Amino acid sequence: MSETEVQPRAYRRPVSTWWWLEKRSYFVFAMRELSSVFVAWFVVFLLMLTYAVGRGDDQYQSFLDWAATPWVVVLNLVTLVFVVLHMVTWFNLTPQATVVRLRGQRVPAWAIIASQYVGLAVVSAFVIWLVTR
Amino acid sequence: MTKRRVEPILWLLFSAGGVLAAVFLPVLVVLFGLAFPLGWVTPPSHDHLHAVLGHPLTALFLFGLFALCLAHWAHRFRYTLYDGLQLKGSKGLITVLCYGGAVLGSVVSAVVLATVV
Amino acid sequence: MADSIRLQVSRYRPEEGSAPTLQEYDVPLRKEWSVLDGLNYVKDHLDSTLSYRWSCRMGICGSCGMSVNGTPELTCGTFLADLAPGPVRVEPMRNFPVVRDLVVDIGDFMDKLPRVKPWIIRDDEPEPDGEYLQTPEELDEYKQFSMCINCMLCYSACPVYGLDPDFIGPAAIALAERYDLDSRDRGARERLDVLIEHEGVWGCTFVGECTTVCPKHVDPAGAIQRYKLKAAKESVKAFLLPRGAR
Ligand code: SF4
Ligand code: FES
Repeated sequence: MSETEVQPRAYRRPVSTWWWLEKRSYFVFAMRELSSVFVAWFVVFLLMLTYAVGRGDDQYQSFLDWAATPWVVVLNLVTLVFVVLHMVTWFNLTPQATVVRLRGQRVPAWAIIASQYVGLAVVSAFVIWLVTR
Repeated sequence: MTKRRVEPILWLLFSAGGVLAAVFLPVLVVLFGLAFPLGWVTPPSHDHLHAVLGHPLTALFLFGLFALCLAHWAHRFRYTLYDGLQLKGSKGLITVLCYGGAVLGSVVSAVVLATVV
Repeated sequence: MADSIRLQVSRYRPEEGSAPTLQEYDVPLRKEWSVLDGLNYVKDHLDSTLSYRWSCRMGICGSCGMSVNGTPELTCGTFLADLAPGPVRVEPMRNFPVVRDLVVDIGDFMDKLPRVKPWIIRDDEPEPDGEYLQTPEELDEYKQFSMCINCMLCYSACPVYGLDPDFIGPAAIALAERYDLDSRDRGARERLDVLIEHEGVWGCTFVGECTTVCPKHVDPAGAIQRYKLKAAKESVKAFLLPRGAR
């Protein structure tokens, strides 16, 4: 700090480790960030699936059995909740982070959000078609 | 001339991973995490899944998906650890663990995906 | 409606050296009274030792920001009736050193603002004869970001600034964007060189609270993310193109 020295006895309020519990919006933020852990978990899960498929039908069947055990199911349910949280928050923040222009006109926020959901629908339909064909 | 910095690149990887995770993971979690194991939908046969995964395009795409999702995780989780838990003191260690984990995970992904192609 | 409301006001007296304490005052509850009016009542009728800042009473000067029930607010624009039955906790803005009672040290903010070069920068081209011309569309580009009244509520809401005071912070970055988007300005590169540093935009994790609390709808959070994108584009160019060819 230059000319404006802090008073010697100015009081600094310490930041609590639990600052993200102090407000609803901070908590939602913390959960949004935590979703990344579940994103990583599901990558690991898909890798295990891929590995099992590569090793043959028996391994694939026992992977499916393992994936049906209660704790894995619960974990994947929680994962779904966090992945959806990630999706919704990500889509909602996109128009704030980017300015999209079409023929010189700024595309309104709702249109950016809506087009992402259209993208999601197309991708989901394609994935479902590809694996269940 | 802009100085070369890693932060912008890490942020780009984080963002790319964020988009892919938002668009692709929900359907994958529903299908492979819940619907197939619990039998809501008949799981694909081994042959079919092997054929899909074994297609070079699928494998290449999945590699990109996995690597970027892990980069997304590394970037977010690093901030979560040192803002959320205020572990600023071990900044170096956290950085190494997070990004190192993502790099390691990407290598593992490449190896595993190579086994089905 | 009850005819009075309780204020719990944070008092800090540096000469006593102990942590701030809450002092309670009952003030009249009138429909048109803001929290600031309540504080003025305390000062005029109950306790003249209370220190706080204010000036315009109409949301323009940006000096009356405080933490009201834990949320950063302009106290001249926050009404007691909306907070009834109370009590209403009035504290100094978070994330700044407290000088006395509700007065915070704004030195850090004042040091940061000029770092983003918030003025119109021109190349060496000759001055125009009259004024620089600008169309209404060009004005609209940056208008939103020029509405900032430097109230610092966004800094007070930002957990990243609270944890790392080196972070240059929301209003300063929004101000940089205000000049970058101005059709008369050529200084984007100079500002980017400041904001691309670690203390520039990269500390931000897009909590978004700065935008939520901003009384002028400046949207600093949006400005920061756009800066990240700008910085990323430039960096990719710098990586791909040979030195100097940019
Ligand atoms: S950006 Fe908004 S909250 Fe921040 S100082 Fe300016 S007016 Fe206040
Ligand atoms: S007194 Fe000026 S903004 Fe509140």
